[in-house]
Amino acid sequence: MEEYKKAGGYQAVRKALFHMTPQEVTEEVKKSNLRGRGGAGFPTGQKWSFVPMGGDAPHPKYLIANADEMEPGTFKDRLLMEGNPHQLIEGMIVGAYAVQADIAYIFLRWAYKEAAKRLSKAISEAYTNNCLGKNILGSDFSIEMYLHTSAGRYMCGEETGMLNALEGRRANPRSKPPYAAVVGLWGKPTTVNNVETFCNVPHIIKNGAEWFKGLSHTEDGGTKIYGVSGKVKNPGAWELPMGTTIREILEEHAGGMQDGFKLRALIPGGASTEFVLPEHLDVRMDFNTLQKVGSRLGTGTMIVLDDQTCPVGVLLNLERFFAQESCGWCAPCWAGLQWIEQILRDIESGKGELEDLEILKSHTWLLGPGHTFCALAPGAMEPLQSALKHFHEDFERHIREKRCPWK
Amino acid sequence: MLTEEEMREIEAEIPRYPKRKATCIEAMKIVQRHRGWVSDEALQGIGELLGMTLDELDGVATFYNLIFRKPVGRHVILICDSISCWIMGSEKVREHLTARLEISLGETTADGRFTLLPIACLGACDHAPALMIDDALYGDLDPEKIDEILNRYA
Repeated sequence: MEEYKKAGGYQAVRKALFHMTPQEVTEEVKKSNLRGRGGAGFPTGQKWSFVPMGGDAPHPKYLIANADEMEPGTFKDRLLMEGNPHQLIEGMIVGAYAVQADIAYIFLRWAYKEAAKRLSKAISEAYTNNCLGKNILGSDFSIEMYLHTSAGRYMCGEETGMLNALEGRRANPRSKPPYAAVVGLWGKPTTVNNVETFCNVPHIIKNGAEWFKGLSHTEDGGTKIYGVSGKVKNPGAWELPMGTTIREILEEHAGGMQDGFKLRALIPGGASTEFVLPEHLDVRMDFNTLQKVGSRLGTGTMIVLDDQTCPVGVLLNLERFFAQESCGWCAPCWAGLQWIEQILRDIESGKGELEDLEILKSHTWLLGPGHTFCALAPGAMEPLQSALKHFHEDFERHIREKRCPWK
Repeated sequence: MLTEEEMREIEAEIPRYPKRKATCIEAMKIVQRHRGWVSDEALQGIGELLGMTLDELDGVATFYNLIFRKPVGRHVILICDSISCWIMGSEKVREHLTARLEISLGETTADGRFTLLPIACLGACDHAPALMIDDALYGDLDPEKIDEILNRYA
């Protein structure tokens, strides 16, 4: 904690508590164009402004850091929490002040043992230094913070599933509205933001919204932790200006493809985003630009598909994950995903038929937005529909040759 | 029935949440840390402590991937089967483990030393293929490295 303080840590908390009203903090975050870093990209300041404020607002209000990082291909929050747990805690304190929350939870993935150790230590240091607890730093603001480690399930990362998980239930989604900002944990106003989102907040408050916007290459504010995995020379994650091109991330930071492998396609932001192709290498990795080429920034950690890996095998792996992690709450999701998995398994093992491709295609609509209770199934359809488009010939070859040509 | 130590640890968690029931997942994890798995009898004990029925608790327990409702070996190997690890050769890792331990996924070795389970993305994609043994994460795996790691566990 001493080290973090020397580097300017906890100054944002002081500035917010003693020089800004909660509304001013929310306003500054709004002006910074910070958008959620968990996948959906919702504007953070706007999310905070939905929380009921003032004397009539129900209490206790809750604030949760979504640290249930479980999107396949995503490992950025782990690095943030292991590297600098105090930055997350400070961001949460500022956020809690902005929405006037009373209790904060860090909802951490069970697998992140090292992060759990470092966060526990950091939370107790923050309590010792009066940055957490009653009347923090001598102000009239109080906030309690607890680390909650889950027992593992993708659905815990879905906002309303997470609320159920924290309440000790199955992590099924809840119907919206009402939104968590108004009726959340135990029916009280609740703010949920991703770890990386909170980590940006102290810097916005300390240096101002204009400074934060200036860090970015595009209209979405700030920097982004970009990651690369797959057959590249140097897989990893790097903090870069928002809107860095795919080419720069892949070639300069990840070192390009391993010798003997060519880039076939990539998924830009975790398993539930659409494939983009080598022709998109100069596309900027931000929310709006990726949307224009039919994909999404998602978590910003890309998975690289090389020319020697079977795209049908990749799809089977992705859809099996979603089928397995479906909570079973709504029928299109659990039945549809299982069927998709089975069809892909048939095609991959040479037992597929051409009409299977039509069935898969119809599912991308049947399980699409608006047809299921939460975003799990629509997310699962993103890689599928783009694969059917980009790898059509590979699917057909499996069916024609009655085998996987990569085996 | 729960042991006194388990009760103490669970009770220490209760004040962190406004409702006792919310502690149930943590309670199962505590029991599992002591016994390796969560039996009906242990669930009964948790239910009495937190005011929940066995059915209610079982519904929660079976939802989560990491609550074991059957006995496991002394060490649990969780092998990542998600996309980045699959691209980087997790199937070879699995084949090596099943051959070396002479068990399939979901089984426990005859000497009770290891249980082998598949697991969704471990968030170690930059070091794929990866696996966890108990609380330790291992990445950049190949057959030699796996053999060396397994030897550390008795």
